[in-house]
Amino acid sequence: MQKLSAVNDFVVKFANVNGSGSASANQLFAKSILRMGIPIASRNIFPSNIQGLPTWFEVRVSGEGHLGRRGGVDMAVAMNPQTWDRDIAELEPGGYLVYDSTKPLPRSRFREDITVLGVPLTEMCNARYTDARQRQLFKNIMYVGALSSLLGIDPAAVEQLLTEQYRGKEKLAASNREAFHMGRDWARANLPEIGLRLEPADKVGNRIYVEGNAAAALGAVYGGATVCAWYPITPSTSLAEAFERYCRRFRTDPDGRKRYAIVQAEDELASIGIVIGASWNGARAFTATSGPGISLMQEFVGLSYFAEIPAVIFDVQRAGPSTGMPTRTQQSDVLSAAYASHGDTKHVLLLPEDPRECFEFGAAAFDLADRLQTTIFVLLDLDIGMNDWLCEPFAWDDAKRMDRGKVMTAEMLEAGTTFGRYLDVDGDGIPYRTYPGTHPSKGAFFTRGTSRDRFAKYTEQGAAYVDNMQRLLRKFETAKSLVPAPIERKASRTTPYGVIYYGSTSAAMREALVGLEQDGVHLDALRIRAFPFPEDVSRFIEAHETVFVVEQNRDAQLRTLITTECGIDPARLVPILHYDGTPITARFIRAAIGRQASSLDVVPLRKTVP
Amino acid sequence: MSYLKPTLHHPKLPTNALGLTRRDYEGSISTLCAGCGHDSISAAIVQAVWELSIPPHRVAKLSGIGCSSKTPDYFLGASHGFNSVHGRMPSVLTGANLANRELIYLGVSGDGDSASIGLGQFAHLMRRGVNMTYIVENNGVYGLTKGQFSATSDKGSKAKKGAVNTDEPIDLVALALELGATYVARSFSGDKDQLVPLIKGALTHQGVAFIDCISPCVAFNNHEGSTKSYDYVREHNEAVNRLDVFFDRTPITASYAPGEVTEVTQHDGSLLRMRKLHEDHDPTDRVAALNYLARHKAMGEIVTGLLYIDPHPEDLHDHLGTVATPLNRLDDAALCPGSAALEKINAALR
Ligand SMILES: Cc1ncc(C[n+]2csc(CCOP(=O)(O)OP(=O)(O)O)c2C)c(N)n1
Ligand code: SF4
Ligand SMILES: [Mg+2]
Repeated sequence: MQKLSAVNDFVVKFANVNGSGSASANQLFAKSILRMGIPIASRNIFPSNIQGLPTWFEVRVSGEGHLGRRGGVDMAVAMNPQTWDRDIAELEPGGYLVYDSTKPLPRSRFREDITVLGVPLTEMCNARYTDARQRQLFKNIMYVGALSSLLGIDPAAVEQLLTEQYRGKEKLAASNREAFHMGRDWARANLPEIGLRLEPADKVGNRIYVEGNAAAALGAVYGGATVCAWYPITPSTSLAEAFERYCRRFRTDPDGRKRYAIVQAEDELASIGIVIGASWNGARAFTATSGPGISLMQEFVGLSYFAEIPAVIFDVQRAGPSTGMPTRTQQSDVLSAAYASHGDTKHVLLLPEDPRECFEFGAAAFDLADRLQTTIFVLLDLDIGMNDWLCEPFAWDDAKRMDRGKVMTAEMLEAGTTFGRYLDVDGDGIPYRTYPGTHPSKGAFFTRGTSRDRFAKYTEQGAAYVDNMQRLLRKFETAKSLVPAPIERKASRTTPYGVIYYGSTSAAMREALVGLEQDGVHLDALRIRAFPFPEDVSRFIEAHETVFVVEQNRDAQLRTLITTECGIDPARLVPILHYDGTPITARFIRAAIGRQASSLDVVPLRKTVP
Repeated sequence: MSYLKPTLHHPKLPTNALGLTRRDYEGSISTLCAGCGHDSISAAIVQAVWELSIPPHRVAKLSGIGCSSKTPDYFLGASHGFNSVHGRMPSVLTGANLANRELIYLGVSGDGDSASIGLGQFAHLMRRGVNMTYIVENNGVYGLTKGQFSATSDKGSKAKKGAVNTDEPIDLVALALELGATYVARSFSGDKDQLVPLIKGALTHQGVAFIDCISPCVAFNNHEGSTKSYDYVREHNEAVNRLDVFFDRTPITASYAPGEVTEVTQHDGSLLRMRKLHEDHDPTDRVAALNYLARHKAMGEIVTGLLYIDPHPEDLHDHLGTVATPLNRLDDAALCPGSAALEKINAALR
């Protein structure tokens, strides 16, 4: 058997039982590697409907800094007997299995081509602790201890993390340290050396490790959101919860009163209704949801479009309706968000690539919503939203002020400024609005759908309708210059081929581009960050013969949006699609583009096999 | 089309404490059918807000969709209005109220809007205690879509074309009582003397105030066999009390027989004085109100008047613990934690 051997480049997967306290131990493992200056990418995997509630936590160690999912498992830490067979089956040949060896298992339960590393975790815990909860919790810390010995984790990093975590609770810190060292010492005395090693590096810098939902929620706090209405749905729930947490910390007056309001609504219709009502009345408001919620919100989103009321919707995308695959990731709401509702509508989409952009776009969404007086979708997905990602630190310019857009004040009305709620005074398609209660006799209007003229007076005349629809198109044009521009990354040499990607695909895409270059496939790459598409997108496509569009959905939704909105021949855009619910990998992209490239004669066939 | 009324004031029109006449509280000319009950309710709203001397622009009027929901265009022309989507006024109004707790919120809806498509939102708004006045203009049909039964149509009542309703009706008053509304009344569009004070009491109430106002639809539900026609309601109307709203301790006048008056002082200082018409009804006892309603419904009576009031209501802002300043007036300094706080967050994420 050829044992796997690698330094700072492998995948460890933990198989746990939900609620067993494993999450904080796994977090400790992950963060201690970061503290050694080695980049990691970690992902929670948690099916919603299997008995016993198994969960997995996958850590990709990548000295090269690749943050996408790699695929394959080099070391399994199998702590859940229920999923044992499948956890063992998943291991790469030559891989390593760490397990609780307290109860002897027949040889038939293992594989011949892996290295088995048994640690009597339960036995050690039962000997040391009497309390059932402690036995359970410290078992987790003990396996981190054992792993630290096997992989070469710096114990000082672990101790430091424990000190930080249990600041002010010295007893807890001490008992955690003890359990860690018990596991570590036992492994040192009893386990062989293995081929996977960690070596301190300097590749993390000042980056932070955070989940996208929390980052987006923090963005909403910095963006000045005061009203949040939501209905629980995986994978968006932790966004609303994080908003509450940050608000409690930053928005509580000394007397305990809150500078925010959070309503857990009765459903998504009410959530978006509350958001629209609050925004109509001049507060910044948002909801967080996922695909099924977007479906329910359709009518209101249309109202926001036509009545021109700001709204921010964080859509943390997941797969499928109903029972569906709520715990799996996809980019499958692109079209339903872009064209949400009835009548001719289109909406602004922001497409963050990582938590750092979730924060940035999360804050910017509120300026855009006020400026454009319409719904802004921020499309996260489960992969970004619910996993901790290594990303650039959050940044904020204290000179920045909220852009409340075109709001006519009592002073302006008093001075005799003409107010037409749907009057395009500046040629950018954006009219002025007034907040309710502004002026005793001027500026009031009656908000309704499309049946009104430029001065918000009721009319069903066709010409007034068309006039308004044309202005809405002008406004959408204006949006192109306000949304985040796409970012281009040139290939190392001139090439007629390009690739377009967005959102959580970025990490895997960047890694795939490196691999593809090695395969002789050179691609200019454009990361799209928003819809409507700025002119750069059409220009990029026109500058290339063929452009691959990499997405995590079945129907090539962004490609459809591009061909429709930019008037591009679909034949120029080759879809590369991943939609099994797991995060896309560089291996997948490299192979899929490689195959396509060889059929397009981009490179000779033999070179495309990685 | 809608038309603006000429704003020429008759010099002798009476004015309120703000020096405004009733005309200052009117809106566009109604486009509803002549004789529609909804128009009488609009007139009662104008009267009530004028009598209370509320500056019109301090009222926000919101509605769903239906003939009833069109009416906010026909009163309080200087107020912001929002004709939202069918059955969803409650959520939009909840959001508006969260954004600015200083305005007075008036929600107008229909029986289809609130008892059918919007029943869920109706229920949850009541539960949350949003500080507002919620008026359902109840005609027992879908007026705007031309006469289908609504969920408040009585069992056995006949549609204009002869069909008989076989479903149980929803009594929104009973529901509102059940769900925690703190001011619950029923009235009739044809009884302005009863309706205007009930609206005044609701507008001054600092919690969720609900008025189910029976409002005949002359186009589709005013025929024989209907239980929401002018004739039927007049015959079966049983008022429990007569309400007057005062802002000072006006002495009890001769029109009240001694011992027959229930007085309630609301949080804002307004004094509600109810002349009892039924000995066995106590408007401050929620359970008793529910019982009373059920008993009299069994007798075939339409009970009207102020059925229940909690003089010390809590509202959603109390529950949430929000600041006194309206959320829509908080500035960057109050909302944005700034870069130093962000640095601390960054540090904790390494
Ligand atoms: C989502 C939706 N479904 C259906 C309609 C059509 N619709 C308009 S008004 C109405 C019924 C209104 O009835 P009610 O609330 O009782 O008002 P009324 O006209 O009787 O005053 C319906 C079904 C709509 N506007 N929106
Ligand atoms: S149809 Fe009925 S409810 Fe509608 S305006 Fe006419 S009378 Fe009123
Ligand atoms: Mg009706």
